[in-house]
Amino acid sequence: MIRTAALTKRYGRITAVDDLDLDVREGDVYGFLGANGSGKTTTVRMLLGLVLATSGTIEVMGQPMPARARQVLPEVGALVEGPAAYAHLSGRANLALFDAMGPGGGRASRARRVDDALARVGLGGVDSRPVHAYSLGMRQRLGLANALLRRPRLLVLDEPTNGLDPQGIREIRGLLLELNAHGTTVFLSSHLLAEIEQMCTRVGVLDQGRLVVQEQLDVLRQPTGRVVVHTPDADRARALLDGQVEHQDGERLVIRVPDAAALNALLVGGGVRVASLTAERRTLEDVVLAATSAGSDTFSVPAVAR
Amino acid sequence: MILVELRKMVRSRRTWTTILLIDALPTLVAILLAITDLGPRPGQGPAFLSAVLTDGTLFPLAALAIVLPLFLPIAVALTAGEAIAGEAQAGTLRYLLIRPVGRTRLLVAKLVSVMAFVVLSVLVVAVTAYVVGTLLLGKGDVTTGSTSISGSSLSTQELLLRTLLALAYAMLCMLGVAAIALFLSTVSESPLGAALGTLAVLIASTILLTLDAASALQPWLPTRYWLAFVDLFRDPILWRDVVRGVLLQLVYVVVFLAAGWANFTTKDITD
Ligand SMILES: Nc1ncnc2c1ncn2[C@@H]1O[C@H](COP(=O)(O)OP(=O)(O)O)[C@@H](O)[C@H]1O
Ligand SMILES: [Mg+2]
Repeated sequence: MIRTAALTKRYGRITAVDDLDLDVREGDVYGFLGANGSGKTTTVRMLLGLVLATSGTIEVMGQPMPARARQVLPEVGALVEGPAAYAHLSGRANLALFDAMGPGGGRASRARRVDDALARVGLGGVDSRPVHAYSLGMRQRLGLANALLRRPRLLVLDEPTNGLDPQGIREIRGLLLELNAHGTTVFLSSHLLAEIEQMCTRVGVLDQGRLVVQEQLDVLRQPTGRVVVHTPDADRARALLDGQVEHQDGERLVIRVPDAAALNALLVGGGVRVASLTAERRTLEDVVLAATSAGSDTFSVPAVAR
Repeated sequence: MILVELRKMVRSRRTWTTILLIDALPTLVAILLAITDLGPRPGQGPAFLSAVLTDGTLFPLAALAIVLPLFLPIAVALTAGEAIAGEAQAGTLRYLLIRPVGRTRLLVAKLVSVMAFVVLSVLVVAVTAYVVGTLLLGKGDVTTGSTSISGSSLSTQELLLRTLLALAYAMLCMLGVAAIALFLSTVSESPLGAALGTLAVLIASTILLTLDAASALQPWLPTRYWLAFVDLFRDPILWRDVVRGVLLQLVYVVVFLAAGWANFTTKDITD
């Protein structure tokens, strides 16, 4: 769906995006993770033809961008650096206006498309107050509705949950997953680890303009080869396991063992009461911390260990 | 896209407020003239004002002469300066472009909408001035026709034709202003900056016109021939300045639109 090769953008002396090779596949929910200032928005702008790359190439849906923007963009819905609307008009009037522009906006079906998009993002019952009276969350929803107007095959969303409350974030997540289940590829950027971890199937991690990780999420979250066991009979378990316990913390044991099921059978067979037992996986946080330097909006002296 | 822009312009409250404000001054002048009956002496004050006292149908021309030096250019500069920079500032520019609306198309749509605004405001000024003029100042003797500024008389038909020519000429001058403002609107981040930049150019031009040392520059200054439409009412018509004015404005329009297009179509949209 999206493929870039050696994509680079310089603003004067600042290299905002550096030698980026993105690979987003059809059907992905691709999480583009990076600290503030790491180049997410700049990348999104380049994908959409708003900003011209200094060097490198971009393909969206198999076609070069920005050369084929006229063919590609009608099938893309996007949110770039926050929503925007004509503040003196109502949300509905705004969508009607945006719908009337560009290809694919037949007048006869306009009202239906607008109502449809508003209903999807939970603004179906919105009154005719002007957008300047909207809350941040409502604006974000309106921006999302605008992205959905043409029922796009690809959604490119730059920090789509900014300004939403936890309830709203959950709704939007549900919406995106539903769209994805019906075949929409979703590319979303965020600086929030948890958000990406909760909903993405594939992750790219950006660090100061460079892509440092790009992988399926479940590959990244591979088992560490350790099992975490909670048991009131910790000492008994230790004796039984004989040296495989790496770490004990009260009733919590970290055990190096390849097969969690076999471990469970062994413990229960030995009369150890097991309260819980989980095969430990790497968290996305571990992956990101291992791959990145300090956030690019921090300007600390790099010398001393963190 | 052009229709969308036109609709946006016509429906905007701002458009009508601006036109109302432009229109207020000539209307006020007409009222004052009607009450006091004190016109400027012939050859002084805005063109046509002295003639207006005897013939209210000439008032559209007087109104044009009143708003053309300052009010109309300010309105046009504000409107055209808003065109691209205003969308950029509101953040809507990026959403227009990814709809997608081609950059050239958007610029053309904005240009057409600004032109429509120019035509609209000039026409509104002319029509209200005609109504106000005939109501307050009365009609001249239609059978003998009106007097040209050279003293001979013009038939009503002749007068109408020349008035339309004058309106067209004023619109072209304002199109020159619009081209400058539109160019600055693609350069500047702020709509007000683009408008003020345009006004700075016009004011500088007006000042240089009064300066003998700048005589070499004067034929090229944008405001040089603005009031040449007065020559259309001489008998016979004095074409020289009008023709030069038309050519000069065309040069401004072409150069600044080309520059605006070149800048806008190659620019990073990072608002
Ligand atoms: N128009 C611009 N001019 C100069 N530098 C810019 C511009 N836009 C972004 N940058 C710089 O590029 C880097 C990446 O910015 P951005 O893409 O907005 O990051 P993110 O969206 O990940 O927060 C930052 O260091 C920022 O300062
Ligand atoms: Mg950003």
